[in-house]
Amino acid sequence: MDVLIEGVRQGLGLLLGGDPEVLTILWLSFQVSGTATLIALLVGIPAGAALALSRFPGRTLLVSAVNTGMGLPPVVVGLFVTIMLWRSGPLGELEILYTPAAIVVAQAVIASPIVTGITLAASRLQMVWVVLREARLPMLAAVMAGFGGVISEIGASMMVGGNIKGQTRTLTTAMVLETGKGNFEVAIALSILLLALVFGVNWALTTIQQRRPG
Amino acid sequence: MKGPREEAPVRRSMLVLLALTLAWVGAVFGQAPGSRTVILSTTTSTQDSGLLDVLVPRFEKQTGYSLKTISVGTGQALALAARGEADVTLAHAPSLEQQYVADGKLQNRRLVMYNDFLLIGPAADPAKVRGEESVVAALRKIAGGQARFVSRGDKSGTHTLELSLWKAAGVRPGAPWYIESGQGMGATLGIASDRQGYTVTDRATLLAFARRVDLTPMVEGDRLLLNVYSVMEVNPANGPRVNAAGGKAFADFMLAPETQAVIETFGVDTYGQPLFVPIAGKKDEDL
Repeated sequence: MDVLIEGVRQGLGLLLGGDPEVLTILWLSFQVSGTATLIALLVGIPAGAALALSRFPGRTLLVSAVNTGMGLPPVVVGLFVTIMLWRSGPLGELEILYTPAAIVVAQAVIASPIVTGITLAASRLQMVWVVLREARLPMLAAVMAGFGGVISEIGASMMVGGNIKGQTRTLTTAMVLETGKGNFEVAIALSILLLALVFGVNWALTTIQQRRPG
Repeated sequence: MKGPREEAPVRRSMLVLLALTLAWVGAVFGQAPGSRTVILSTTTSTQDSGLLDVLVPRFEKQTGYSLKTISVGTGQALALAARGEADVTLAHAPSLEQQYVADGKLQNRRLVMYNDFLLIGPAADPAKVRGEESVVAALRKIAGGQARFVSRGDKSGTHTLELSLWKAAGVRPGAPWYIESGQGMGATLGIASDRQGYTVTDRATLLAFARRVDLTPMVEGDRLLLNVYSVMEVNPANGPRVNAAGGKAFADFMLAPETQAVIETFGVDTYGQPLFVPIAGKKDEDL
């Protein structure tokens, strides 16, 4: 219990005190997962809408694939993205492995099927453009699910980012590191920051969602 | 409100958004040119002890290189380097390292520092190994009494050493008394403490976790428990884009007298004792 109380106290201290290292980590997590969610929206909304509108052979198979993708294990994505981005891999020339860009790529891969699936489920036949333009509900639900999924993900971030101090250390990878170091209070403090960040984003989105359109 | 005319603006705004996103990603996450970046693959213990947090900024300041540290188990650290996915490696599994050097994957292996491993266990000491001078004899007793033992089981440097000790003891450990955690040293200490089992740990991690680990040293000081860290450069032939000059710069930095002086006193502030002993210029047989 002492550890928990001490962790909560330290968490508040880190949040209110503006510790520069923690702020860097917090800001990087937000930036990376925010960008990944944005990319996922750009990919997932058109893809989900198109799938909802069209009828073609093999559509059921594709929809099943999207539904499977909604539960894609981050660690699997991390492994494949790592191998693609290796110096010896097909995308090695980009030299982005162990950079924030690599985490964005991996998280966008994780979030895209989530956004696609939710858009697909929410879209009514013929109604899709109306839905996209007028009802904020499905889009916001997709944002919340996508962002919530990737900001809390660890396996892919660790593998493709490398948890490099000041460069690719996110809230979740920092938490694993601090736990590994035996600094449980710091780890608890970071988890409180993560929860606060997710809550803040969801609160903002829910506020928008519940505002009456028009 | 609906119809084809409405789709065009939506599509256009989507494209604009996509272009903006890509531009933003490029601006925010853009990288320095590759040749100034050095990738170091190393073990979790150098990272968890905090040593690299002290050394890396000094290296970057002295040389102007930007260093990316990938800290994983020694097995993976060496494998990544052998694939040319890193430029230099700092590891602690001499037998494995020598194999990679013999295969020509890694080169110019030089000793950097050492500390030691300990066999620790519950105060009740069910296998009666406390004070035993030979760690191999102690492990035989543990196996003989089927006393619980927690292994890293993750192909790390510590795990590699532990396996070599079992081999020397002529014992093939297994369930039910032998548990593999598959995790880092810190987590493994937690499990061993919780289950009141024996385990082999490096001293740096044990000191870091001392407050939360309810286990006591059983065997220490045996020559076989020496934990030797070496730096090796990656053979540029291993893969495309290996930064050989950068890798060599980091290896040289680790052996420079100023760096060795930092290593010598590292940990005194926090633990009241140094965590590593610098040994630049020594050979395996000198120890």
